[in-house]
Amino acid sequence: MNMLASYLTLAAVLFCIGLYGVITKRNAIIVLLSVELMLNAVNLNLIAFAKYGVQPSITGQIFSLFTMTVAAAEAAVGVAILVAVYRSRASVNVDEFDELRR
Amino acid sequence: MSFNIDWTGEFIAFFALAVCAIVGAVMALNFTKVVHMALSLAFTFVSLAGLYVVLDAEFVAFVQVLLYVGAVTILMIFGIMMTKHQDEGQEAARPLLETLAAIGCLCLLAILIFAIRDADFPDPAGSLPADTTREIGKLLFARMAIPFELVSVLLTVAFIGAVALAKREEEPK
Repeated sequence: MNMLASYLTLAAVLFCIGLYGVITKRNAIIVLLSVELMLNAVNLNLIAFAKYGVQPSITGQIFSLFTMTVAAAEAAVGVAILVAVYRSRASVNVDEFDELRR
Repeated sequence: MSFNIDWTGEFIAFFALAVCAIVGAVMALNFTKVVHMALSLAFTFVSLAGLYVVLDAEFVAFVQVLLYVGAVTILMIFGIMMTKHQDEGQEAARPLLETLAAIGCLCLLAILIFAIRDADFPDPAGSLPADTTREIGKLLFARMAIPFELVSVLLTVAFIGAVALAKREEEPK
């Protein structure tokens, strides 16, 4: 079992923990944080392949930088939507965010 | 399955940081208070930054600490403070959904681990440049200049959108 497989396994474990959090948690903030955890698992894959892939290259690290930027934008917009919805519903329970279904 | 692990320094560092990351993530799902969950995930993010250092990605590790531990976690904590969490911890349990979700996640994990074990990873042909930060800078401002600018535009648009969304709407007169 070489190092690349270990890193990929760790990333898979973190991704699945994040997925479980997204599915089961009701608090919208925890759901957002779990999405961040899943994105971090992807970043770990990119950086592991940047070092241990067939062709070691710095491009994987640059890709992960782009992913982090998009994740930051996603977190900012997510919290903004959360605050806006909280104003109208006075709740952060994702089960109650069903305005678009009515 | 063979566990012919050679205990090199890198593997020991990987193992310790991986245990920290997984413990942080699992504890985050187990805590009942939202702030504890956010701080536990911050611990996971710090461990991942350590793993990036082990993987010769020092610049990405610093960006990880700045962006995730510094910005995203603090943003989430502000989000927690601006909303109300009095009734946390006493929500009705949903055993069916949680069991189904756990089974689904474990199945996905098993598939991924079997795929990783089956895959044949050839040895890397070459190695990363010694000074990765300098190389990132060169590549980012030469070959990746246009994606870089696009990402900065995306960030600006997203933050303007966030401000517009979170701004209190004016009362109609």
